[in-house]
Amino acid sequence: MVTAILVLTALAVLFGLLLGFASVRFKVEGDPVVDQIDAILPQTQCGQCSYAGCRPYAEAIAAGEAEINQCPPGGETVILALADLLGREPKPLNEEHGEHQGKTVVFIDEQVCIGCTLCIQACPVDAILGAAKQMHTVIKEECTGCNLCIPPCPVECIHIIPVEEDIKTWCWPAPPAALEQPAEEKSPA
Amino acid sequence: MKHKLWHFNGGLHLDGHKHMSMTEHVLPVALPAQISLPLQQHIGAPAEPVVAVGDHVLKGQMIAKASDYVSAPVHASTSGKVIAIEERPVPHPSGLPSECIVIETDGKDQWKELKPIANYQEMDPSALRNVIRDAGIVGLGGAGFPTFIKLNPGPDNVVETLILNGAECEPYITCDAMLMQEHPRRIIDGLLVMKHALRAKHCLIAIEDNKKVAHTMLVNALHEHESEFIDIVQIPTLYPTGGEKQLVKVLTGKEIPSNGLPIDIGVVCHNVATAAAVCETIEAGKPLISRNLTMTGEAIETPCNLEVLFGTSFAHLLDACGWQAEQTDEVLMGGPMMGFGISSLDAPVIKTTNCILARPKNQPHRQPAMPCIRCGQCADVCPAQLLPQQLYWYSHAKDFDKVQDYNLFDCIECGCCAYVCPSHIPLVQYYRFAKTEIWAMERDKIKADHARERHEFHQYRMERKQQEDEERKRMKKELLKKTQGKEDTEADTKQAAIEAAMARVKAKREDQEQQKKNVENLSEKQQQALSEVEERRQRSGKAESSNEDSN
Repeated sequence: MVTAILVLTALAVLFGLLLGFASVRFKVEGDPVVDQIDAILPQTQCGQCSYAGCRPYAEAIAAGEAEINQCPPGGETVILALADLLGREPKPLNEEHGEHQGKTVVFIDEQVCIGCTLCIQACPVDAILGAAKQMHTVIKEECTGCNLCIPPCPVECIHIIPVEEDIKTWCWPAPPAALEQPAEEKSPA
Repeated sequence: MKHKLWHFNGGLHLDGHKHMSMTEHVLPVALPAQISLPLQQHIGAPAEPVVAVGDHVLKGQMIAKASDYVSAPVHASTSGKVIAIEERPVPHPSGLPSECIVIETDGKDQWKELKPIANYQEMDPSALRNVIRDAGIVGLGGAGFPTFIKLNPGPDNVVETLILNGAECEPYITCDAMLMQEHPRRIIDGLLVMKHALRAKHCLIAIEDNKKVAHTMLVNALHEHESEFIDIVQIPTLYPTGGEKQLVKVLTGKEIPSNGLPIDIGVVCHNVATAAAVCETIEAGKPLISRNLTMTGEAIETPCNLEVLFGTSFAHLLDACGWQAEQTDEVLMGGPMMGFGISSLDAPVIKTTNCILARPKNQPHRQPAMPCIRCGQCADVCPAQLLPQQLYWYSHAKDFDKVQDYNLFDCIECGCCAYVCPSHIPLVQYYRFAKTEIWAMERDKIKADHARERHEFHQYRMERKQQEDEERKRMKKELLKKTQGKEDTEADTKQAAIEAAMARVKAKREDQEQQKKNVENLSEKQQQALSEVEERRQRSGKAESSNEDSN
C-alpha cells in the first residue's frame, strides 16, 4: 500500500518535472493571429474592405469586428484560407465591397498628366514615380492594382489595364467537373 | 555481361505504334522561307537577343545569349536576315505567343566559322561545360533543362553512374531509336565527353528491349571503341521506364529522394540525343540548331523521322508528310501520354519538340468523365507510388496544402492513372492544374510580401514625414518665440531711450521756463535795465537774434 503510494507520488513528481521542463524548453512562439491573417491577405492595400489597409483589416478580423468575406482582390481563395485558419464558416464574397476581378495595374497617360503629385501621395506602395510639374509614371512591377490613385487625379489620366498572362505565368485550367448527376442517368431513356 | 535490373511500381504495357514512323533513314526537310526561334526553348530564364532587326546572320551564329545561370543561348538555324523580334506563336499548352527572333532564310544555308575541339580530354571540365553551354545544348528528352548544369556534379559529389537514356518509352515516338540506329558512334563519343566532364566512374546506356536494331548498332559501335567503362543495357519495355526516376530505379535499384536529384545518389542521367548533340559540338564545333523529330499519327500519310532545323513551323513539316487536315482531331507536341495540344500550327519546332502527333478523329478515348468509384487502379499503375485518388480529390477541391501533403510534386505527369481510369477522369489535367495554381500562389505570395514591405515602408515614411513636419513646426515656433523676446527687450531699450530723451527735453524746457521765471520776478530797477536793453536791441535791429545770446 505505502509502496504503491510512494511509487505513484514519485512518478507524478517525475512526470510533473518532465512536463514543466518540456513546456519551458520546447516553448513554441506561435505567430500572433493578426500576422497569420495578414499573411493570407493579398496586400493590395486597396481599402475595399472598408479598412485603411490589409493590416487594419487583419486586426479587425482578429478582434471579431469584421467578416472574412470583405476582400474582393483576394476572392474565394482568401476567404477559404481565412475560414480554414480561423475555423469560421466560409461565406461568399460580400458584394458590397466589390467584385473579384482579374489582376490589374494602372497606367498613367503621360500626354495628359499635369504633374500634380496627387496620385503619388495616394499610392500605398510608392509605385508611382514623379515630382511636382514633372511627368509621373507607374512602376508596373510594384503596382498592386489598388486603384487608389485614380480618384485624386484631376485630369483623369490614370487608366486600369489588366495584367496579361504569358507562358511563364499561365496556369492550366481546371478540368470540367465530372458528370456527377446520377439523377440524369436514372431518368428513363 | 548481364546487368542486374530492378522494377519500379506500376507502369503500363502500351501499344507502341512505333513501326509506323520507323523508316530506313532520318529524312531532311526542305528549307522553310522563314524560321521563328523562340527565346524560351528551355527551362530557366529566356535568352536575351544579341541581334537586331535587319542584321544578317549565319547558320550557327548565336542570336540570343543566356541571360542567367539557368538559361541557354539560341543560335540561328540557317543563314538569313532577321526580320522581326516580336511575339509569335510558340508550342506551349497555353497557346499564348512569346518573344521570337524571326529570320527570313536566304537559301544559302551558310555556316559560320566552326571551331571544333581537338582533344577535349585535356580540357578542364569547367571549360568543357562552358563550351557546351555556349552551344545552347539542353536536355533533348523533353524537359529542356540546360545540359551544362547537369554536367556539373558540384564539388562534393562523386558520380558513380552516368546513365544515357535511350528508353524512349512513350508510344509513337521513334526519334531516339532512329538516332541510335543511324549515329551510334556520335552517342558513344558524346557519352565519353560527358563522362569526362562529370568524372563519372561508370556509364550505362539503357535501351528498351523493343529496339533491337538500335541495340545492335550501339553494341557494334561500342566494340570499335573498346571502352570498358560503358555498358549497354536492355531494359524491359514498360511505360514510363524512360522517366528519369524510374530508369534510375530499374538500373541501380536506388530511389531518388522526393524533391531530390539523381546526383544525391551519385547518378546523372542524360538523353541519348543530348549526348549526340554534345558530340557534334565538340567534334564539329556545331551548336544545337536541329534535332531528330518524329512525325506520326494516323492522320499523317507518311509517318517518318525528320532532321528539323529549330524554328521550322509545324505546318511546314505537316505539309511535307502528307497531313490530312480534315481527318485530324488534334495535333500534339510530344507523345499521346505526355504531349499537349497545339493551337497554332505556325508554332515552330523548338529544342524540346521530339514528336508531332496528328491524332485522327473518332478516337474512342474522349469519353466524358464520370464520378470516381475508388477502384484504386490508378494507384496500382502509378510509377511514383503516389495516391492519384487523393491527389485528384484535393486538386478538385482546390485544397492545395493537402495535395502537397500527398506529394503532388513527385508526380511525373506520365498519364498512367488517367489511362487506366474506368471513369475517364482526366487525372493528369487535375495535377497540372494544381501544380500551376500552386506556383501562381507562390508567385502571388512573393509579390504580396513585397507589397507589404513597401507599404510598411510607405507608412514609416509618412510617419517620419509627419514627425519631421511637426518637429519643424515646433522648432519654428520656438525660434519665433525667442526672436520675439529679443525684440521685446530691444523695444524696451528703445522705449527707454525715447523716454529718457523726452525727459531730457522736458527738463530742458522746464529749465528754460525756470529761466524765464527768473526774468519775471524782477525788481523795478532790474526791469528798467532790461527795458533799456530791449530798447537798445530794437534799435540796433538785432533784437531777435541777440536776445537768446544775452540770456
